[in-house]
Amino acid sequence: MDILQEIWSGLKRNKLRTILTGLSVSWGIFILIVLLGAGNGLKNGVTSNFSDRSTNTVQLWPGRTSLPYKGYQSGRSLSFTEKELKKVELEVTEAVNETPIVDKYLNISYKNEYGSYSVKGTLPHYEQIFNLKFDADGGRFINETDMLENRKVIVIDQRIKEVLFKEESPLGKFVKVDQVMFQVVGVNTKKERWGDGNAYIPYSTAQMVFNPNKKFYSMAMIVEGLETKEENEQFNDRLKENVSQTMLFDPKDTQALWINNSQQNYLQTMSIFNGISLFVLIVGIFTLIAGVVGVSNIMLVTVKERTREIGIRKAIGAPPAQILFTIILESILITAIFGYMGMMAGIGITEVVNMVMEQSAAANPSGMSVFKNPTVNLNYVYFSTMIMIVAGIIAGYMPARKAVKIKPIEAMRDEN
Amino acid sequence: MIKLSGINKTYYTEATSLHVLKGIDLHIEPGDYVSIMGASGSGKSTLLNILGMLDNYDTGDYYLNNILMKDLSERQAAKYRNEMIGFVFQSFNLINFKNALENVALPLYYRKISRKKRNIIAMEYLDKMGLKDWAYHLPSEMSGGQKQRVAIARAIISGPKVLLADEPTGALDSKTTEEVMQLLTELNKSGITTIIVTHEKSVAEATKKVIHIKDGMIETIESNSKHLNS
Repeated sequence: MDILQEIWSGLKRNKLRTILTGLSVSWGIFILIVLLGAGNGLKNGVTSNFSDRSTNTVQLWPGRTSLPYKGYQSGRSLSFTEKELKKVELEVTEAVNETPIVDKYLNISYKNEYGSYSVKGTLPHYEQIFNLKFDADGGRFINETDMLENRKVIVIDQRIKEVLFKEESPLGKFVKVDQVMFQVVGVNTKKERWGDGNAYIPYSTAQMVFNPNKKFYSMAMIVEGLETKEENEQFNDRLKENVSQTMLFDPKDTQALWINNSQQNYLQTMSIFNGISLFVLIVGIFTLIAGVVGVSNIMLVTVKERTREIGIRKAIGAPPAQILFTIILESILITAIFGYMGMMAGIGITEVVNMVMEQSAAANPSGMSVFKNPTVNLNYVYFSTMIMIVAGIIAGYMPARKAVKIKPIEAMRDEN
Repeated sequence: MIKLSGINKTYYTEATSLHVLKGIDLHIEPGDYVSIMGASGSGKSTLLNILGMLDNYDTGDYYLNNILMKDLSERQAAKYRNEMIGFVFQSFNLINFKNALENVALPLYYRKISRKKRNIIAMEYLDKMGLKDWAYHLPSEMSGGQKQRVAIARAIISGPKVLLADEPTGALDSKTTEEVMQLLTELNKSGITTIIVTHEKSVAEATKKVIHIKDGMIETIESNSKHLNS
């Protein structure tokens, strides 16, 4: 406590200078926190777009060949049949819950309301693959019995329900899908980012009623056990190789099959954001270093100014270690107090921005966010505190060494 | 109390070297009252600095209170200075942003005595100097004589064995010089070995022994007859 009083009486003498110096540290920490917050906001925003999807979904679309293969010309349009589906089920062990997707654009009408929607014929585990959501009174998705009995049941998205049924409950009602009556068994409330919403019917029914040629143009599955970018790339290659055998295209053909591997996308995006975080951290730390150099500079001036005083203290019997400690502590005190202020200001700004954004998000729930929760977590606060103390020690060390080397006789001879 | 034998000190600059002290032998008894006189550059201030462990010496031995003061680390030197020596300087060397009380209490701070306790002790010493009413004044608000008395209070607050004064009256007029010398004489009578560097005859006459230094060597040591009689 005594030593703090000693330092305080010194700092008080040069209020303006202390404040100006300290503000450079405040600014450095402030920028560091705000930048980290902005980086986090961007990362949180983008990851939130991933997180309402199961992260290991792989979806395939056949394309058009660009290479001739086994006597076939290039430029051939490809499609899936059940052969490919069975082959993937049997031979690709990482893939589970495979589902074909028979996608038709059809008119759906209820009483006087109607619209054109994408109607997908799928298997029951489509629900797990794409994380569909059903409220407590929202009914269910397509099940195995629907499949076995080729039932004419339909699940519609919330948006279709709003258009066709308004306030009415759609469960149990019949809608007309391109001249065929289907009974509504469920309403999916998972938000879709684009489009007017989808309707889902059993795969078996779709093949029978709407798809005489039995070909389909999309397949989706959940893939387990992949962690790294490399594993995902290898998996994609193997999958392509596998389906190429029955679809008859060159496995090296880049146009023949389109694969959307969501984990791969996720990993790529994450690596970009880790890069951004690192960059932001470096910029922040360099800003902070400017502040630290400022403090060091001022401490040097202070030591120079106080040469005589330090000389007197030494003559009176101040041990060198105490002189060193006092100067370094003074430096730590400046960086810590002003750094703390900067940190609080930075956290305040990020929290206010977050609050405003949450309010606007609540007002517009369907909006897609690229920026979300731009706040820093407690670890960064500990990290900043540590940085401030280390910065204080670094800033104070050189000036303190200089103070220790002061010779009392020379210092007291100085006329000042 | 103080025993010097064969003390040599040379200052080196880039081009030249300056042999300042050339084999000083000196013996000062406890309770002695000594002044050191000499022309500028004779080495008297250097001698005082060595006695006060503010400077080191090249060869020879210096015993203070039967302890050899040689090749001391800064830490040890600081400790011995704090425990055994009080300094009084020509230019007072008070810390200008601290008031009289804080200045006097400073040596006790380095002895880790609590703020409350050292302020009580410092107030006692200021009272002895007749400066109780000035305790909360800054040095800039005081006269030269008052400042020197504050400095003397600071020098003796830690109970030193030896008081070293470097031209203590150099910045004072003749009336305050007399007052300060009276104070130093009283302190010496209370048992503190006192050594004063001066070039003023009147100051030297107040002490019991006068050591004349010339060109880095002790020329003569004379005892003041005035004191022998008393």
